[in-house]
Amino acid sequence: MKSFGRMAYPYMAWITVFIVIPMIMIMLYAFTVQGNETLIFHFTLANFARFLQDQTFLNVLWNSLRIAVITTLCCIIIGYPAAFLIAQQDERKQGIMILLITLPMWINMLVRTYAWRGIMLHFDLSSEFKIFVGMIYNFLPYMIIQIYTSLAKLDKNLITAAQDLGANPLQTFLKVTLPLSVPGIISGITLVFLPAVSSFFIPKLLGGGDYVLIGNLIETYFVTTGDWNFGSAISLIMAAIILISMYLTRKLDRQYQED
Amino acid sequence: MDKKRKGLRFGSGFYLTLIMLFFYVPILYVVVFSFNNSKSLTSFTGFSLMWYEKMFANRTMMESIYYTVLVAVIATVVSTVVGTITAIGLSKSRRLVREVVTQINNLPVMNPDIVTAISLMLFFISINMKTGLLTLILAHITFCIPYVILSIMPKLRQLDDNVAEAALDLGATPWQALTKVIIPQIKDAILSGALIAFSMSFDDFVISFFTTGPGINNISIYVYTMYKRINPSINALSSLIILVIATVLVIVNVVPMLKNRKKREIEA
Repeated sequence: MKSFGRMAYPYMAWITVFIVIPMIMIMLYAFTVQGNETLIFHFTLANFARFLQDQTFLNVLWNSLRIAVITTLCCIIIGYPAAFLIAQQDERKQGIMILLITLPMWINMLVRTYAWRGIMLHFDLSSEFKIFVGMIYNFLPYMIIQIYTSLAKLDKNLITAAQDLGANPLQTFLKVTLPLSVPGIISGITLVFLPAVSSFFIPKLLGGGDYVLIGNLIETYFVTTGDWNFGSAISLIMAAIILISMYLTRKLDRQYQED
Repeated sequence: MDKKRKGLRFGSGFYLTLIMLFFYVPILYVVVFSFNNSKSLTSFTGFSLMWYEKMFANRTMMESIYYTVLVAVIATVVSTVVGTITAIGLSKSRRLVREVVTQINNLPVMNPDIVTAISLMLFFISINMKTGLLTLILAHITFCIPYVILSIMPKLRQLDDNVAEAALDLGATPWQALTKVIIPQIKDAILSGALIAFSMSFDDFVISFFTTGPGINNISIYVYTMYKRINPSINALSSLIILVIATVLVIVNVVPMLKNRKKREIEA
C-alpha cells in the first residue's frame, strides 16, 4: 500500500513547474525593475513605492475595495431573506428553487454579464451603478446558496424549543436562527468578496471601459503597457489585501463562535 | 391570525418571485433579442433569424466555440485522470508530503484568478514558449486538477484501508486493488470532480485571456473583445449556450426523477 504513494509523484513535478515556479516569477518581477535581461536581479521596492505614492492608483484601489464591500453587503441583505424564505418552503419546492438559482450559474459569466447591456440601455445609469448590478447579478447566487445550506442544516427542534420557551418569532430569529447561520454568511462573503475585488470584465463590459478597477489596472500593465514588473507588484498588493481580509473574516467568525 | 399568515405567505412569494425575475429577465431578454430583425438592443422590430445566420457565418465566433469545447474536453480528461491518481497517491503518502502538496494544490483555488493567470503567463513567456493553444490547455489543466483532487480527497479519507489491504493479501495485484477495489468506491467523487473541472474550464475567462495567443479565443474572450461594440450575434450565441445548458440540466435532473417514479411503480 505504501508504494501507492508514488502515484502522487507526477503531480508533484507538475505543481512545481506550473504553480510554484510561476508564483516565484511574480515575486521576481514585482521586486525588480524592467531591463533585467541578464540573470542578475536587483532587489527593489520601487514598484510598490510607485503604487503607494500615486493618488490615482490609490483611488483605484479604494474604489475596488469600496465596490467589493458594498457588493458583498448587498448580497447579504438581498440574499439572506431569499435563503431564509426558501428554507421555509416544503422540501420539493426548496429543491426546485435552489435548482432555479443554480441554473444561471452554469451559463458563462461573460455571457450573463453581457445580457445586461441591452436592458441597461433603457435607463440612464451611472457606470458605477451598472457595475454594482452586474456584480450582484453574478455573485448573489453564491451567497444565497451558502446561507441556505447553513439554514437547511439547522435543527428545527431548536426553533420549536425557543418558541415553547416563550420567544416570539423575532426573538427566535435573532437569538437562534441568525447566530446559527453565521458560518453560511461567512463562506458567502468569501465567495463574493474575493471575485468582486479582482473582477475586471464586469467594469469593462458594463462600465464601458472608462471605469477602472484594480483588475483593469493589472490588465493594462500586462496587456497594453507591457510593464510586467509594475503589473506584478499591483497583483501582489491585491493578493495581500485579499489574504488579510480573508484572515480577518475567519478570525471574526472564530471569535463569534467562541462567544 | 389567518389573515396575517396569508399576508406573510403572499409577501414571501412576492419576494422570491422578484429574486427569480432578477435572475431570469436578462436571460429572457437575450433570447428574445436574438430573434430581432434589427441591430437594436432596446426595441424589438420584428422576428428574424438573421443573427443566427450571421453567427454561423462568423468564423471567429465558430472557432471560439470549437476552442472552448476542445480545451474543456482535454482539460477535463487529463485533470480527472491525473487528479484521481494523485488523490489516491496522496492518501497513502506520508503526512508531511500530503500536507505540502495539498497546500500548494490549494493555491490556484484560493488565489484570485488574475494572479494565477499572470503567474502562468510570465512563466510561459520566460521559458520562451509561444502562447497559443498548447499554453491555454496547460493552464486549464493546471487550474482544473486542484478541483478534482479537492472533490476526491474527502471521499478517500472515509474509505476503509483494510478493504484494499485484504484484496492485496488475497493475492490481488496492486493494479487490481486499485481498479477493482479503490476506484469503484470513489466513482461518484471522480465523476463530480470531472463535472466541476469541465464547467470551470468551459466558463473560464481570466486565465484563458492571459495564457492564450493570437487567433486562439474561447467564447469568454470573444465576448470580452466585443465590449465596445453592439453585436446582436452575441445574443444568438448566448441563446445557443443557454439552450444547450438548459437541455443538459433538465435531462440530468428529470431522468433520475422519472427513474425513481418507475421504481416506485414497480415496487407498488
